[in-house]
Amino acid sequence: MIQIECKNLSLEYEQKIVAEGLSFVVNKGDYLCILGENGSGKSTLMKTILGLKSYKHGQIIYDNTIKQGIGYLPQQAVIQKDFPASVKEIVLSGFLGKMGLRPYYATIEKQIAKENLQKLQIENLENRCFRELSGGQQQRVLLARALCATKEVLLLDEPVAGLDYQSTEKMYEIIENLNKEGVTIIMISHDLVSAIKYASHILHIGKKIFYGTREEFLKTDIYKETV
Amino acid sequence: MIDKLVSYLQYPFVQYALIVGVLVSLCSSLLGVTLVLKRFSFIGDGLSHVAFGAMAVSAVIGLSKNMLFILPVTIICAVFLLKGGNKRISGDAALAILSVGALGIGYLLMNMFSTSSNVSGDVCTTLFGSTSILTLKPYEVGLSIALSVIVVFIFIFFYNKIFALTFDENFATATGTKTEVYNLLIAILTAVIIVLAMNLVGSLLISALIIFPSLSAMRVCKNFLQVTIVSAILSVICSFFGIIVSIVIGTPVGSTIVLINIIVFVLFYIIGLVKGRLV
Ligand SMILES: Nc1ncnc2c1ncn2[C@@H]1O[C@H](COP(=O)(O)OP(=O)(O)O)[C@@H](O)[C@H]1O
Ligand SMILES: [Mg+2]
Repeated sequence: MIQIECKNLSLEYEQKIVAEGLSFVVNKGDYLCILGENGSGKSTLMKTILGLKSYKHGQIIYDNTIKQGIGYLPQQAVIQKDFPASVKEIVLSGFLGKMGLRPYYATIEKQIAKENLQKLQIENLENRCFRELSGGQQQRVLLARALCATKEVLLLDEPVAGLDYQSTEKMYEIIENLNKEGVTIIMISHDLVSAIKYASHILHIGKKIFYGTREEFLKTDIYKETV
Repeated sequence: MIDKLVSYLQYPFVQYALIVGVLVSLCSSLLGVTLVLKRFSFIGDGLSHVAFGAMAVSAVIGLSKNMLFILPVTIICAVFLLKGGNKRISGDAALAILSVGALGIGYLLMNMFSTSSNVSGDVCTTLFGSTSILTLKPYEVGLSIALSVIVVFIFIFFYNKIFALTFDENFATATGTKTEVYNLLIAILTAVIIVLAMNLVGSLLISALIIFPSLSAMRVCKNFLQVTIVSAILSVICSFFGIIVSIVIGTPVGSTIVLINIIVFVLFYIIGLVKGRLV
């Protein structure tokens, strides 16, 4: 089942065109890795899919199941480091988009938030202050928040950037498990080796554009040149 | 001293001042947390100058119920500023233009057209609120109470939304929260609070009322709810004692409140440092 389809999409800021002619589909359960040099427009593509940025040319079609919300893990450092908030407050805020005008969280939502914390093995951090956590812990908290927003699609913008080796491996493992449970993953990555280890599909943007399955990608020049 | 205080408390003008002071500082501290964390604290400053300009205009055209003129003008400017308005002029430049312009023109108007014999006294009052809180009329007290209750109610009702918007606006937008609407709401609330606070501390010192309590609370608190509650309590206490002290020893109300806020901030700063060491 197709969840997101981009047709001939262009990304641009004011007059400057960042990327052109992007076409790809994301099916339920896919694990799509977006690769490309710095500044090639990966984050911009993600923001466009999320509706944070408008586009002039091309088309994005969303399936009804994900109209209610996409989970999003922003590129790190967008969030303020000195923000006084507990892990619980942050994770619960993932539900807000679905709540309409209802002002407070329901019991079932608090329950699901707890389960998501357990799933990411951070239930012991529930009452801790976000700004005092390590980078890896912070990323997992933000991932738990994204899981509260949706069970369908997660968009992750460089989720392992700045993490040490162990936290990185842990993060990849968690993402893989979520994917096995049926959550569609769209992840921006710098790390070609892990991309081809975990992804089912690869989208490469920049000077060379490629979209296809992992196996097809392994045969391309882009892959052979980088390795 | 106590006798003197008790006798003062009998006067309606003292009671009015305390009621309005407590309510206004409660409201400003609630929104202050969000404004400080969103790096919007400068907006309070700019808007208060706009409110000063509007006050000058209303004085010149001889409006008696001037709050009803100042309020809409300030709200419009708040909306304009937070929306970004004109793309050619960046946000902080627009703010500077508006803020300095309103201040300059306001003073000019007051000088040229004021019928009062004591222009510089009037200007000083509007800038530093030296006595206006002690000369409130019953309808102003009523209006302040009504607006404060509305602000507090809206804040409590939308508390979780305001948290999400403050912490990560992009995420909130991406997951379906109507962030534009809530940003607008915050802009309007900010404008209302600033107009209310002008009576208390005057338009130059309003930022102190918005910034200090939340900064103090952030030194020691670990979550958003705590920060919100502690800053509300601090703000109310500082204003309450500020008003009492200023009445008893005859200092200007606004400056006294600001001074007490600064002392509390320094205190909390030290507590924060000590706590940080111990952990
Ligand atoms: N807000 C913006 N305004 C104008 N140009 C931008 C903006 N954000 C990013 N860009 C430009 O768009 C290009 C793509 O940026 P980005 O999507 O962040 O790249 P990536 O995530 O692939 O490193 C870069 O050249 C960057 O300079
Ligand atoms: Mg990026």
